[in-house]
Amino acid sequence: MLKDGLALSADGIRMVYRDRSTRQELVAIEQLDLDIPEAQFVTIVGPSGCGKSTFAKIVNGLLPATHGTIEVRQAAHGRDHAMVFQDSSLFPWYSVLGNVAYGLVCQGVSKRDAQEQAMPLIRLVGLDGFEHKYPYQLSGGMQQRANLARALTVDPELLIMDEPFAALDAQTRELMQAELLRIWATSSKTVLFITHQIDEAIFLSDRVIVMSARPGRIIADIPIELPRPRELGIKRTPRFVAYEEQIWNLISIQLTKVGGRTVEAA
Amino acid sequence: MTATATMRPVRNPETRRHRARPVRWFRRRERLVLGSAGVMAFLLVWEIGSRVGFVDAFFFSRPTAILAAGIREVQVPRFWNDLRVSAFEFATGYIAAVVLAIPIGLIFGWYRRVSYMADPWLNLFNSLPRVALLPLIALWIGIGIESKIAVVFLGAFFSVVIPTVQGVRTVDHRFLDVAHSFGASQRRLFTSVVLPGTVPFVVTGLRLGIGRGLIGVVVGELYAQTNGLGVIISRASSNLQPDRMFFAILIFTFTGIVGVEGLRRVERHFQRWRPAREER
Repeated sequence: MLKDGLALSADGIRMVYRDRSTRQELVAIEQLDLDIPEAQFVTIVGPSGCGKSTFAKIVNGLLPATHGTIEVRQAAHGRDHAMVFQDSSLFPWYSVLGNVAYGLVCQGVSKRDAQEQAMPLIRLVGLDGFEHKYPYQLSGGMQQRANLARALTVDPELLIMDEPFAALDAQTRELMQAELLRIWATSSKTVLFITHQIDEAIFLSDRVIVMSARPGRIIADIPIELPRPRELGIKRTPRFVAYEEQIWNLISIQLTKVGGRTVEAA
Repeated sequence: MTATATMRPVRNPETRRHRARPVRWFRRRERLVLGSAGVMAFLLVWEIGSRVGFVDAFFFSRPTAILAAGIREVQVPRFWNDLRVSAFEFATGYIAAVVLAIPIGLIFGWYRRVSYMADPWLNLFNSLPRVALLPLIALWIGIGIESKIAVVFLGAFFSVVIPTVQGVRTVDHRFLDVAHSFGASQRRLFTSVVLPGTVPFVVTGLRLGIGRGLIGVVVGELYAQTNGLGVIISRASSNLQPDRMFFAILIFTFTGIVGVEGLRRVERHFQRWRPAREER
């Protein structure tokens, strides 16, 4: 049973892949224990290949973990969890409206009702007037707004975001970070956010989890004590920069570890 | 929004050269005008060449003679009967092939184990020139229209099944993940992810199938000469009437063009969600 006040509890997660032909094993996640209290915004950062996206998939139920258990608070209404995917995961054959309404349609809501319920979310993410456009007619930032609205429509207890802004240009990414905080403030859902951008992690989160290089495990759990609401300007304050330095130091050790191994192999 | 492929740079209206009306008219219809000009030029060379003796009119006929032969032909009741028979063979074989091939292709593509069992057969029939089976089919079901329908069917069926299977197999995993993530049922998974992703492949197959089906009609009728346009071609050949032959061949060609163009329209309807590509 999930303890009171927790939105997610991951216990002893280990993830191993095995190559079908060579039988070689790859440990993506060594060991991962994580409790997330309700309404907390938690971000996992780590070098690429550390298993952070794999963890998001496990939480979302798309991948079975080799060992360990995941518990997610069950929703009184709406879905337990929903995922905002990486770029270009909108169905290209549906309009914005069709995409945002998709989750509800999957739950058996009639198409018309689903689209009606999707409209307020489209407005919330600032896409009104674009509801009948197809994804190819939208910019990358707008596509990710629609992606966010699609996940929010099913009213999830836990919102999982797997590097949603990774493919955006630097300026759009900053804008989207601010937008995400604005939207999050209106719903105060629990968020599990995955990124490799350190400043993104600090700016958004109540708590940053730093993962090691592969095989992934948690090497630091840092509470971010910056006041909310946050403006983008906060990124230039000394406290923010101090957090950045602290996390960068942790990760750079990991990167040299990976780099060293590559040299050895070569 | 970024400029799409169908956009053209707008020239400064003050410095833009002003062109005469016919020039502007031509520029807008360049493709059609030049295409027709190409066809006309060829026909003209043929016609004149045959009249001055540069092209042997006895074997190669000429455009006006083919037209005249066509006008004579359509006044013969037997021609209409032949046309009806050929059209019936093609339509029956093609429609039956499509109706069966699309669901079968979807099933083969979706269920891995079923496709493992079917793969050797698909490969075999795909490599086999289906018209080579014609004598065997004639032996089994005779030389009537049934055997020709069977050849059309075989030609079109595999042309549609194989790309359809391919289409289902290459469905993007990202979209399957999204559907799973929102708890889509198997049925919803199929209608919201698999089908839309497969449509372009199916249409390609349908287009290929038209060509293959027409080959089936011609070869079937040339082989087992009972009725049909193929019989007109073959009989005109023994009577040394190239103009009649060309006329019958043109009917096949025309059918192919109309069918493919019709499919292009169907495809365009299903592909509204794709950025318009301009051919260059």
